Formats: sequence, structure tokens, C-alpha cells
Amino acid sequence: MLELIFQNPIASALIALVGLSLLFGAVLGFAAVRYKVEGNPIVEQIDTILPQTQCGQCGYPGCRPYAQAIVDGDAINKCPPGGQSTINALADLLDVPAPQLDEEHGTESDVKKVAYIREDECIGCTKCIQACPMDAILGAAKQMHTVIADECTGCDLCVEPCPVDCIDMIPVETNLKAWAWELPAPNSIKLIASDRNRHTGEAA
Amino acid sequence: MSINEFFLILLSTVFVNNFVLVQFLGLCPFMGVSNKLESAIGMAGATTFVMTLASVCTYLVDHWILSPLGLEYLRTIAFILVIAAVVQFVKMFMEKTSPLLYRVLGVFLPLITVNCAVLGVALLNTQKTHNFFESTLYGFGGAVGFSLVLVLFSAMRERLAAADVPLPFKGAAIGMITAGLMSLAFMGFTGLAT
Repeated sequence: MLELIFQNPIASALIALVGLSLLFGAVLGFAAVRYKVEGNPIVEQIDTILPQTQCGQCGYPGCRPYAQAIVDGDAINKCPPGGQSTINALADLLDVPAPQLDEEHGTESDVKKVAYIREDECIGCTKCIQACPMDAILGAAKQMHTVIADECTGCDLCVEPCPVDCIDMIPVETNLKAWAWELPAPNSIKLIASDRNRHTGEAA
Repeated sequence: MSINEFFLILLSTVFVNNFVLVQFLGLCPFMGVSNKLESAIGMAGATTFVMTLASVCTYLVDHWILSPLGLEYLRTIAFILVIAAVVQFVKMFMEKTSPLLYRVLGVFLPLITVNCAVLGVALLNTQKTHNFFESTLYGFGGAVGFSLVLVLFSAMRERLAAADVPLPFKGAAIGMITAGLMSLAFMGFTGLAT
């Protein structure tokens, strides 16, 4: 039987090609299962660049939904806490020109701020607790609330709901604990020719 | 196989018979992916991997299936099948392990499938009746040569993008001229080894 097949050129050609196709089909089928991609991994990478303040100033309920929205085509300049450096990092990752921060979603502030509740004025309404995306406000109904300063990201979201306006955003004082080297301003200095227009994408 | 032969094959494929600049194989990724150094390096890595793997696989298919059955006339179609399967596998593997590289190279991975250098190395291997080790080395050397000129060329094109090029030569035109000059330069290696 086997000899018959080998002697018949058409049969052997058919068997060889069909056999090869089946083999590669099996390998690719296995690979499709073994290397299946859950979700979109680029979302993870965008999510790690975003500042994780979960402030919602971009219009999405948190950083991860915004990362998903960027993958789906939303603008990358809606994150005030991250500021221009985050926009530049996102632009580098996605290989698109870096736009300016969209003022509509808030402005980037130079100083880090933290919320402070004037405790004798607090009526214990819990509205700021519900607004806080970081669970950084401690308190209960009709009890005085206070902010856990370490957890507060300074996103401003608790200021608006407070009915008695007892929340202040105070700048974090620079002391030995809070001080850090200033980050170099990205691309403010054009040292070499290839620095030119790197992020604006003109004439590249 | 002596160590001399080993280096001779490498030298011959990387410089003397460079796939892109001397044999003019694989010109579309050479022009298409050389705009940015980063993507050129990624493409070079992917092509090196695919080309070495493809020359191994095609040698095995040729030596164990096609030759014993007397089906040498099916080489081209069988090799295309092998290469397409290998590229598809690499694509799936890359999508899982390196999504960023996949994003950069996503468009070009199908291009590797129809990269004539990959099919060319497989057919040249059978034409030159290389053994298994020589085939692997030939594929790898060819891919290293391809990577070398691709990276060199993209580095040059990055400089050219910032350079003050006369208007009629801007863009692809100056790229073509540069490629031609590079090819001339590589012809200087002729006679170094055969």
C-alpha cells in the first residue's frame, strides 16, 4: 500500500502537501489557544503611565477606564494630575504627537495639594466621603470627618459637594520629608537637532 | 566543517552576498520600515528570528519530505506554506509576550511572510545543496546582513529627516539615492570571500 502511494506521483504530492498543511494547522491551532491574549495589553501599559489618582477629572470613573478610552481613540490630554509629562510619556508610547493639556478638564498645578477639613465647621453629612475616589476621608454620619493626608491625591473632588464649604485645598509644605529634586522640564531645552519637534511631530 | 568554513559562510552572507544590497532581496521592508530606528531594530530582530527558523524548517521539510518522495518541483509552494505558518506562529507569540513590539510591527509581520529574502534564503539553500548546519548558518547570516543594512539605513534616514535636503529630493527620493550609494559601497566587499 505504502509503496503504491510512493510510486504514484500525484498521490504522494497530495499526501505530502495535505500532511504539511494539517501539521501546521495543528501547530497554529495549539498556538492560538496557548498564546491567547486576554484583554488588550496596551491598556495595562497606559494604565501604569497614568498617575493612579482615580480623580475622574478626565470624565471617566478612574484611570483604568480612561486607559481603555485612550485605546478606543480618546484624546490623551485629559489628565490634569499627570500633567504634561504624562501626556509626553503617553505620546511616546502610542507614537503620536503630544498635545497640550486640555484646560476643560482642569489645570495642572505646580504645587502638590492636600484637602483639609475645618473640623469645627463640619456637620457630618458624609457627602465628601462619597465623593472621594481614594477613600481618604474618614468619618460617619453626624460625626466630624477628617482627611488622611497620606492618602489624599489633591484632586479637588470633595470641595464641590461640601454644603458648608469647610474643605480647603492647602499646598503641601516643603519640609525635609516632602522635599524632592525637581523633575527636568521635558523638552524645554533643545540641545541637539533631533530634539526639535520630537513631540509636536512637525517636519519629522 | 571547519571553523574557517563557518566564518566564510557568515562573512559571505553578511557582507559579500548581502541579501538586500547585492542580491536585491527583501527591498520592501528595507524601504518601508527604515523611517525610525526603533521600528527598524524591531523589524530586524523579527526578521532574523523568522529567517533562521524558516531556513531550518524548510531544510527539514525539503530533506525529509520532498526529496525522498521525489517532489522537488513542489519546493516553492511547500516553502511558502512553511514560511506562512512560521510567521503566523511568531505573530501569535509576539502578541502575547511583547504587545508593544507587536503594535510597532503589527503591520509589517504579514510583510515578513511575503518577504522575498525569507523565501530566497530557503530556495538558495536547496540550490547550493547546503547541509543542515550550513542552511541554518546561511539563513542566520543572511538575516544578520539584512538587519545590519536595515539598521544602518534607518539611522541614516533619521539624520536625513533633520537634514536640509533640496526640495525635489525630500522623502523617498533621497532614501533611494542613499540605498543606491550603500549598495555601491557594499560592492567593495566583492572578492573578500566567495
